[in-house]
Amino acid sequence: MADHQIIIAGFGGQGLLFSGKVLAYAGLAEDRQLSWLPSYGPEMRGGTANCTVILSDEPIGSPIVDHPNVVMVMNNPSLDKYENMVAPGGKLFVDSALIGRKVERSDIDVYYIPATQLAKDMGAPTLANMILLGAIVKETGCVSAEHLEEGLRHAVPARHADLIDLNLQALEIGKNYTQV
Amino acid sequence: MQEKVLMKGNEALAEAAILAGCRHYFGYPITPQTEVAAYMSKKMPKIGGVFLQAESEIAAINMVYGVAATGKRAMTSSSSPGIALKCEGISYLAGSDLPALIVNVQRGGPGLGGIQPSQSDYFLATRGPGHGDFHVIVLAPASVQEMADMTLKGFELADKYRMPCMLLADGTMGQMMEPVVLPDPVELDSAPKDWAVTGTECKREHHIVNSLYLSPKKLEDINLERYERYKKIEEEECLWEEFMMEDAEICIVSCGITARVSRNAILEARKQGIKVGMIRPITLWPFPKKPLLAAANKVKSFISVELNMGQMKEDIELAIRCKKPVYGCTRVGGMITTVDDILASIKEAEKGEE
Repeated sequence: MADHQIIIAGFGGQGLLFSGKVLAYAGLAEDRQLSWLPSYGPEMRGGTANCTVILSDEPIGSPIVDHPNVVMVMNNPSLDKYENMVAPGGKLFVDSALIGRKVERSDIDVYYIPATQLAKDMGAPTLANMILLGAIVKETGCVSAEHLEEGLRHAVPARHADLIDLNLQALEIGKNYTQV
Repeated sequence: MQEKVLMKGNEALAEAAILAGCRHYFGYPITPQTEVAAYMSKKMPKIGGVFLQAESEIAAINMVYGVAATGKRAMTSSSSPGIALKCEGISYLAGSDLPALIVNVQRGGPGLGGIQPSQSDYFLATRGPGHGDFHVIVLAPASVQEMADMTLKGFELADKYRMPCMLLADGTMGQMMEPVVLPDPVELDSAPKDWAVTGTECKREHHIVNSLYLSPKKLEDINLERYERYKKIEEEECLWEEFMMEDAEICIVSCGITARVSRNAILEARKQGIKVGMIRPITLWPFPKKPLLAAANKVKSFISVELNMGQMKEDIELAIRCKKPVYGCTRVGGMITTVDDILASIKEAEKGEE
């Protein structure tokens, strides 16, 4: 069965679908089985948005995940929606600069990372998604660091190629962040 | 062999159409298939093809008719409400024996419905989408790879039998990305077809493409000839895939996204000791009746898992001649059956409850 069933959720515009694409392209570089399923329609224009990424060594059945083992949330409604869906023993990554409350469950690993604040500090306020993604890859090992970079290079459109280095820096900040 | 790439289903089918030699695309935007038109608008002008955003779905399907009459590969794409508008044109294509590919990335209905995935155009597609006696070949992909492969297959079958073919996907298939190996480009026979309207240059008799026959006898003969062709298609062109059917006692029948979810449910049920398998129809018309009838002699019951109120269930009952009970597991409106929904139906079928 699938190894990593990942849901990335927050507001439209936070780069959630893009984060999922980076993971998907990284999975492609590793020649793994994968699927990427976005929410679509008006959700992308400011409502809640999410995408589901499955990375596996086995053929993937459903691209829809009912009990993800990795979840990244960037707003309160997403935490409310997904907290109870995380599979026991799963990992939940919370942007603690945007989400005030703590997670109530005790049977999952929770990582509080003030990604939006860290992104502002590095002068790239829109890269909170990449900071969280860096933390996910470090804590779950869902793809290798090398393939993550390759995934990023594929996911960034050619017209934004000048932003790749900044994205890589953000991934590093996420990888190196230690919870206080 | 091309390399493996990551694409949305909508993009993969658009690229596959180009590789199949289609150089004429006519469309009108509608969620969740707009990426097809977006892709064509970028690609077609670069390869000497035509991308045209028509003033309406009805205009687009009639432009397809025009190109198809010249013997060239033409396509249009839309989603459920837009397909309903195209039905008049599809009937005219069928009545004029013209090949064409019509893509339907289904969303919830009826009416404008919603924009989330659905399979509720099953009847519309499989019963002949338009007025009169006719069929279109209906292909139901269940992966991004099949979105590409079935597009190629659709053009081939449409040409082979001179009839419209519908790629019947659902919103999930259109929107999801998966790795896909695109097909190699198809080399089309450049010789004009012996029925196509290409200009006589005063050197041959006119070819006439038409669906109007005022002589009842003539029109009856044409309908009968067409149904002889349909009979041959039913005998030769059925496609399906079996999953864990060797020892199955319960047979799930499902296509598209629900077949994918069913696969997970089957693995889960087997962990719990229930022997479930699946027959996944890939052609919905012709419907794979033979493998289902054969399965009816082995399994205790069937479950139709679909995103409508049980439209395919009727075809299963007809195929198995009501020899065994057929349970339904359905969600509608854009909701998608979950593994738990399907497991509940499996347990119901296991107990033999009505």
